[in-house]
Amino acid sequence: MTSTEVRVGSGGLAPPGPARPARRRSSGRGRLVQVAFLIPAAVYLVLFFGYPVVKNITMGFQEYTTRTFYTGEAPWVGFANYVTAVTDPVFDRALLNTGLFTVGSILGQFTIGLAIALFFHRRFHLSGVLRSLLLLPWLVPMIAASAVWRWILDTDHGVLNRTLDLLPFLDGRPAWLTSTTLALVAVIIVNIWLGIPFNATILYGGLQEIPEELYEAGSLDGATGARAFRHITWPLLRGVVTVVLVLGVVYTLKVLDVILGLTNGGPANATQTISTFSYHMSFREFDFGVGAALGNILVLISLVFAIVYLRLNRRAIDE
Amino acid sequence: MSAAVPIARRAAGGDTAGRASRVPTPRRPGHTILGVIIIAVMLFPLYWMLNVSLQPAGNASATPWLPLDLSLDGYRTALAEQGGNLVTSLIISLGAVVFSLLIAAPAAYALAHFRFGKWVVVFLFAVLTTQMVPGIVVANALYSAYSDLGLLNTYVGLILADSAAGIPFSIILMRAFMMGIPASIVEAAYVDGAGPVRAFVSVVLPISRNALITSALFIFLFAWGDFLFALTLTTSESMRPITLGLYSYIGGFVSDWSPIMATAVLSSLPAIALLVLAQRYVAAGVTGGAVKS
Repeated sequence: MTSTEVRVGSGGLAPPGPARPARRRSSGRGRLVQVAFLIPAAVYLVLFFGYPVVKNITMGFQEYTTRTFYTGEAPWVGFANYVTAVTDPVFDRALLNTGLFTVGSILGQFTIGLAIALFFHRRFHLSGVLRSLLLLPWLVPMIAASAVWRWILDTDHGVLNRTLDLLPFLDGRPAWLTSTTLALVAVIIVNIWLGIPFNATILYGGLQEIPEELYEAGSLDGATGARAFRHITWPLLRGVVTVVLVLGVVYTLKVLDVILGLTNGGPANATQTISTFSYHMSFREFDFGVGAALGNILVLISLVFAIVYLRLNRRAIDE
Repeated sequence: MSAAVPIARRAAGGDTAGRASRVPTPRRPGHTILGVIIIAVMLFPLYWMLNVSLQPAGNASATPWLPLDLSLDGYRTALAEQGGNLVTSLIISLGAVVFSLLIAAPAAYALAHFRFGKWVVVFLFAVLTTQMVPGIVVANALYSAYSDLGLLNTYVGLILADSAAGIPFSIILMRAFMMGIPASIVEAAYVDGAGPVRAFVSVVLPISRNALITSALFIFLFAWGDFLFALTLTTSESMRPITLGLYSYIGGFVSDWSPIMATAVLSSLPAIALLVLAQRYVAAGVTGGAVKS
């Protein structure tokens, strides 16, 4: 038993080389204890992230329907689920919507978030209190936010249209959530609202890390205002910007609550994204195979995006 | 132990507090007014939620701008119909906090203080990669596994699934904090004859109190706000978190918004309590967790 422990300890996870003097216990048994600290987390990650990803890949190649739950049989069907998913008339719409939803949300969240971060970076009375209040929309459950926005955006009695009524140059009341052309715009607006606190907070944190002295030195060379932003703030904020954008895109691609809460993907699939379409196929049509295929396409999009973006950005930083 | 206090304060308090106390804040009334306007616009939907919730029931047409005709009927209906769901959410969220901390805290410590070489990078990369897995993919696979294991409609099932957001987040957040704990403090415990487990429980955890609180608050909020797993991993009304209760409210034709908004307000209370009780931990925690990974 002891020999196994040593092998697991030093062969499995331990790096070669001597342990630091302080970590004298890093021999066999001590090593095992150290590894044991990590094991529960590793097991959890494997079961709740690793397993689902692998299971989805296999499910994508299986006919996996409600029958499977009774008979336990899920015949292999090759790429049939992918063909079904991609040739579905909703797919093109969902793919386009995913792109528009992601780009629109990120552009809005990031620019407004950055503007707010820059504004609150200047010191003035109450700025701290106001900044912490800004976090509120982010902490409220998304489905609660969707519920109130549904009432705000109501065509006849919503407070937005009542306010627009007061404007002299606007005729009629836009059907925000029930028109096929406006629903996606409305869903993007709500998602931008939800994303601003996150963007503003992280970017504010990044701004705080930039040393004050740089601006003092810059102002001697005439770099103030927009020039200071271009030559000092932006280059130094780049690392944080990368984090915010990559996380933002990855989160936005998988958004589900907001869309289901506001429109349920409708009207006439006008707000259906790959994510909601996958949900729809699995949990409404009970065709888990097609749902899995769509989920895998979503993972692939996230992955390709993250890799391409990180590569481009690393090159930009290196130069 | 006294050496630990400055670390804790630095990590939790943020640098703004320190700077503001040295240099007086300049008077900029224009900035303050603009700041108030920005926040007012951002928070308007939340005001509207509160406003509608306090209007008399049956008010399906235009809601008055102010709740002058104050009524708590919405809350009465909400508590009668959704009270049980609030309790369900509370049990699940507290369960997720305990479970996630038990899993994440030792891992964070190991990644910060044990010498695992390149394995630390591998593990952290795996943790970060989990962020890219869409919830629907997890739900899709868990549904069939839960169905086989009899975990659908159970507290255990939802606690485990709802920890999926909190565990990776807490590992990164707590590791960043624990990196700041000087090795000498832990070594002193070894000299006193403590093993790694003793040192962790009686030295590292007390020092990390702030990081544990921040993590706990976020795990709670993630689990409390979860909608996807509530939607996919429950199939009966016996087991229904508040987010799902709210969704079923807005699913049909809505004729009375005040109980719905009352439910929305009730479902937001933990967030508001959090902001009041621990806003300084939150701001520092968010920044630290996301940027200093």
